[in-house]
Amino acid sequence: MSLPLSDNFNKAFESKARLGIMSVLMVNDLVDFSTLKDLLQLTDGNLASHIRALEDLQYVTVNKQFVGRKPNTTYSVSELGKKAFNDHLNALENFLKSR
Amino acid sequence: MENKNYNPLDQLSDIRQLMERSSRFISLSGLSGVFAGIYAIIGAGAAYWYLRINISSRVRYDYIIENGGIKIDFLAFFILDAGSVLLLALLTGIYLTTKAAKKNKQSIWDKTAQKLLINMAIPLITGGVFCLAILTHHLYGLIAPAMLLFYGLALVNASKYTHGDVRQLGICEIVLGLLSSFFIGYGLLFWTIGFGVLHIIYGIVMYYKYEK
Repeated sequence: MSLPLSDNFNKAFESKARLGIMSVLMVNDLVDFSTLKDLLQLTDGNLASHIRALEDLQYVTVNKQFVGRKPNTTYSVSELGKKAFNDHLNALENFLKSR
Repeated sequence: MENKNYNPLDQLSDIRQLMERSSRFISLSGLSGVFAGIYAIIGAGAAYWYLRINISSRVRYDYIIENGGIKIDFLAFFILDAGSVLLLALLTGIYLTTKAAKKNKQSIWDKTAQKLLINMAIPLITGGVFCLAILTHHLYGLIAPAMLLFYGLALVNASKYTHGDVRQLGICEIVLGLLSSFFIGYGLLFWTIGFGVLHIIYGIVMYYKYEK
């Protein structure tokens, strides 16, 4: 089934993986790579490239810390990302209402 | 993975599912509530039998007190009885939850499970230590109300990290605990309702809502 999609839909969220990453980050303050990988069932490379795309859009902030001597990278959503995600939800809502 | 026609309804259900799965531990099995309730009722039955009282009668605390302190054999029975109820309920709960987690493809020891446990443990451990203080002050009539109150508060606190319905169970336990604190001597009856009957009702409701 093919649907005519509204222009208001954010192109960044056309991918299931990127929409998934944003969904998880919206309700969790800091999430590490392996937790995201488990939740979304993606490969390392696949997840990394989607995160990088969201990072380039400045929707996602990367936090690098050390736990002891081990590097620990966590991800969180930026204010811009929150706004983009909420706008996307509103666009989805409007689209479904107008059907 | 790229899909130009990612259906808005599918998008919404994916968003919702991921938000839930990443922030709440949803694999708590309703059946573990039912079993906990059954063990509690058996444990309370044993206590009634030991105290040789029937369900509606008031417990006279002079019965279990000797020379100003609690009778050692009663204390031993009480610890054995309550301890086995707790142990059996925990073991059954862990077993059933592990099974449900496998079905939901959720790990039993992930971030959501840890958050649930720590938020439940803070009021529970506080309540446990407070009950020990009550014991040392020989205010035995307040033990059941305190157990119900702190357990209720623990559930309300934990409800943010699992099924929201846990909050209603918590509020019921708190109301029961408050009532019980005005009817000293009927603690065992209130305890049986709170830990036995309520768990069974709630467990059945949860089972039909989420697992059937």
